[in-house]
Amino acid sequence: MRGSRPTEKIMSGCAISGILNRRGKCFSGKEIMDSIALMHDRSNGLGGGFAAYGIYPDHKDEYAIHMFYDDLEAKEKVDYFLNRHFVILVSEKIPTREVEAINNPPIIWRYFVRPDERKLSESGLEEDEYVAQSVMNINANYRGAFVVSSGKNMGVFKGVGYPEDIGEFYKLEEYEAYLWTAHGRFPTNTPGWWGGAHPFTLLDWSIVHNGEISSYGANKRYLEMFDYKCTMQTDTEAITYLFDLMLRKHNLPLEVAVKAVAAPLWSEVERMDDEEAKLVKSIRAVYGSALLNGPFSIILGHKDGFLALNDRIKLRPLVVAEDEERTYVASEEAAIREICSKPEKLWSPRGGEPVIGLLEGRSGV
Amino acid sequence: MSLNYNNPEFVIERDQDKCIECRVCARQCANEAHFYDEDLERMREEDINCVNCHRCVTLCPTNALVIKEYPLEYKKNSNWTGGMISNIQKQANTGGILLTGMGNPTDKKIYWDHILLNASQVTNPSIDPLREPMELKTILGRKPDKVEFDEEGKVKDLPPQLELETPIMFGAMSFGSISINACKSLAQAANEMGMMYNTGEGGLHEDLYPYKDRTIVQVASGRFGVHQEYLNAGAAIEIKIGQGAKPGIGGHLPGEKVGEEVSKTRMIPKGTDAISPAPHHDIYSIEDLRQLIYALKEATNYEKPVSVKIAAVHNVAAIASGIASAGADIIAIDGYRGGTGAAPTMIRDNVGIPIELALAAVDSRLREQSLRNKVSLVVSGSIRNSADIVKAVALGADAVYVASAALIALGCHMCQKCYTGKCNWGIATQNPELVKRLNPEIGVERVKNLIEGWSHEIKEILGGMGINALESLRGNRLMLRGIDLTEKELEILGIKHAGE
Ligand code: SF4
Ligand code: SF4
Repeated sequence: MRGSRPTEKIMSGCAISGILNRRGKCFSGKEIMDSIALMHDRSNGLGGGFAAYGIYPDHKDEYAIHMFYDDLEAKEKVDYFLNRHFVILVSEKIPTREVEAINNPPIIWRYFVRPDERKLSESGLEEDEYVAQSVMNINANYRGAFVVSSGKNMGVFKGVGYPEDIGEFYKLEEYEAYLWTAHGRFPTNTPGWWGGAHPFTLLDWSIVHNGEISSYGANKRYLEMFDYKCTMQTDTEAITYLFDLMLRKHNLPLEVAVKAVAAPLWSEVERMDDEEAKLVKSIRAVYGSALLNGPFSIILGHKDGFLALNDRIKLRPLVVAEDEERTYVASEEAAIREICSKPEKLWSPRGGEPVIGLLEGRSGV
Repeated sequence: MSLNYNNPEFVIERDQDKCIECRVCARQCANEAHFYDEDLERMREEDINCVNCHRCVTLCPTNALVIKEYPLEYKKNSNWTGGMISNIQKQANTGGILLTGMGNPTDKKIYWDHILLNASQVTNPSIDPLREPMELKTILGRKPDKVEFDEEGKVKDLPPQLELETPIMFGAMSFGSISINACKSLAQAANEMGMMYNTGEGGLHEDLYPYKDRTIVQVASGRFGVHQEYLNAGAAIEIKIGQGAKPGIGGHLPGEKVGEEVSKTRMIPKGTDAISPAPHHDIYSIEDLRQLIYALKEATNYEKPVSVKIAAVHNVAAIASGIASAGADIIAIDGYRGGTGAAPTMIRDNVGIPIELALAAVDSRLREQSLRNKVSLVVSGSIRNSADIVKAVALGADAVYVASAALIALGCHMCQKCYTGKCNWGIATQNPELVKRLNPEIGVERVKNLIEGWSHEIKEILGGMGINALESLRGNRLMLRGIDLTEKELEILGIKHAGE
C-alpha cells in the first residue's frame, strides 16, 4: 500500500536544501537533486520531496493543485468538489517515469483552477482564503485524497523514497524554476505515507523542515483557534499554518513572524533599546503559542524568495552561501559545495537568526 | 450542662524520662493542651484541646513529645465512620454548623496524581537548564489576536499586562485571615521573586504599600477596605466571585480576629464579625459583572488588568466563557480542594469540582470559542508541588496561585484550625503573642526558597521535554498521559492514556 495517514505524531530527522536565483532566472531541477542526494545518509528512504517556484509560466495566474489519490473513487469525489467550487482549466496526470526504488505510488494528478466567481463572491472570502479553506476541507474530509500543493506558478513533487529517486521519478530535470527547495526524510516510526513527505504547503507557502518541534501540541491547539485543522500529525504542517496565519491572515512583516517563531531570549531583550524591546515583548505576549520549540531548521519557500531559520539555540545545522546571482541553503556545507564549489560567501547563521533570500526588487516574503 | 460526648481527636504522649519540665510546650500551646501539675510536680496534658499543630513537638528541646491519633476504635463501619459520629456529637452539643479551615482533606481522586509527564529520548534532545537558557517568564493580561502597528510602523500598545518571572503567584489570603507577618512575608517574597501576591478581601495594610507593584488587590462581595486609593495601589484588580473551598457562600472573619489593625484596614468596627455576603449585591448576571469590570477599569484609567475569580463548579466552562466575553483580562479558577481560613465543613467537602477537570474543560471551551488567547487563565486549589504546576500549564493554565503551600513554607502544619484564631505558628491568627512567632524576615527567605526550588524543578522538567520556554508547554496536552483513568475522564482532560 501507499501507507495510510498516521494517527499519532511522527518524529523525524532530515536533510534540507534550497537554491534561489535572485534574478528570477529559471534553471533545471538537476542541481537541487545533486545537492540533496549528497546528504543521502540523512534520509532513510521513507520520504523525499521538492518545491519548485516558476515552473508553470503558462498558467501563472491559476492555482496549480497537485493531488495524491489512493484510488479513483477518491479522485471522483474530489473532482466533483473541485468542479463545484472552481473552474478547472487543466486536469492531467503528472508525468512520471518508472524508477526501481519507487513502489506503489498513488494516483498523482494536477489541476490548474480558478475559483468559481459566483461561489467566491457568495463566500465573501478573499481568493486566497477561499482556496486555503478548500484545501483544508479536502485534507480533513476526503478520505484517500491529499492536496500536495495549491499555489500559483509553483508545485510540490514528493513521495516515499530517497529524494534523488523521487526527483528522477518526477522527471524534475525537465522542470525549470527560479527557486527550488528539497527535503530528505528520516522518520522514526511511520509506515511511509506519500502525503507525509515534505515539503508541506498551503497556497504559495512551502516548508521543508529538519527536526522535531516539542511545542507541536501547543502550536496545533493555537492554530485550531484560527480554524486551521492539523490533520497530518506532523510538525511541518503546523509550521506552514503558523506562517500562513501570521504572514497572510495577520499581514505581519516577515521579521515579526520570525520573532514569533524564534523569539529572542528574554536575556537578549534586556539588552535591546526600548523600542525594539517593546516590539519583541508584544510579539511574545501575543504570539507566545506560535513559538517553535525544539530542534529545527526550516526553509520557508514563497513566490518572492525564501526564509531559512534555525531554532533559537541552534540544535540543528544550517549553512548558507551566496554567489553572483544565487543564494544556497542546506543542512550541510558539502551539499552546497557539490553544486557551487566556490561560493563568494559562506556562513552558518546563528540560532534564531533568519536568512532571507529575495528575488531582486521584492521587499519581503 | 449535659455530658459532653466528644472524645479527643489526638493523644499527647510525653516521655516522662525525657521531659525536663521546661514548660516550653505549655507556653507555646494557645490551645492549652499542656500544663504543669503543681501537685504531681510534672507536666500533664489535656488531650481534648490538642489540634495536632506540632508546635510543641517541634519546639520541645528533648524530643519528649509524640502526638498520635486518639485510638478510639468505634466498631468497624464504613458508613458511620468515627469522623461522622463525632461530627454529629459536636452538633448535638452546639446546634451550630461545623466549621473548618484549610482545604478539602477527603480521599477523593486527586487527578494530578493520575497524570504523567513526557520526556525526550533520541529524536529530540532534552535541554540542560544549567547550560542552556530556560524561560519561565509569564505575561498575564488581555491579548489582541494580532499585534498592530501605527502609521509609522511602530507597534501599538497592548492592554495592561502583568509580568511574572515564574508562573506562580500567591493566592488570595486576607490580612485578617492571616497575620500581618504572614502577609509581609508573602508580599516581600513576591516582590523579590518577580511574582504577584493577592490581598484577598481584607484591604491593604499600610505596611504592604511598598510592594504595590506586586500586589493584586481583591474586590469581594463585602467590599472591605475598597476605596479609590486601594484600587490604584495594586498592579491588578481581582473581583472575587467565589472560592473553591466554599463556592456559593460568602466569607466570614470571626470578631476575635478583628483587632485594631484589621478594623482599620477593613474599615469595620473592632471586634465585629466581618461577613461578606454570598453574592455581590450588584452582580446578579453576567451583564452586571461586565459593568463592575468596566467600573473598575474606569476607576483605574484602564491601566490595570482585571481578574475575575470563581470557584470550580459544574458549569464552569460556560461561566468562564461568559467572563471572558464580559471583558475580564484574567480568569482565576479555584478548585474544590482550595484552602480557606474558615468554611462550613459540609460545603468545603461536598461543593465544587476538581481543578484539573475544571481547567481542562475551561481551556477547551475557550479554545472552541477562540477566546483562549485573549484572556489569561490562572488556577488554584490545590497546587502542591512543581509537577502539579507543570501539569496545570500543560492542561492549559497560564499560571497558578499557591496559598496553602506558601503557608506550609511559613510553618503551617495543616491542623485545619485556622478559623479559631489560635494558630500556634503565627499565621492564621491576630493574637500579637502568636503573630510575633512568625519572623517575617525568615518567612521571606523560606517562601523564596520554596519558589526557587519549584522554579528549578519546572525548568528541569521542561528541559527534559526538549522545551526551553514555558509558552511551548501551555495547553500542550500531548506532553501528558493519564494513568488509571476512565475514557470519560481522559476525554474531559483531553489527554491520552499512558501507552497510547
Ligand atoms: S517542651 Fe518538652 S521538655 Fe519542655 S515541658 Fe514540654 S514536653 Fe517537657
Ligand atoms: S495556618 Fe495555622 S491554624 Fe491554619 S492549618 Fe496551618 S498551622 Fe493550623
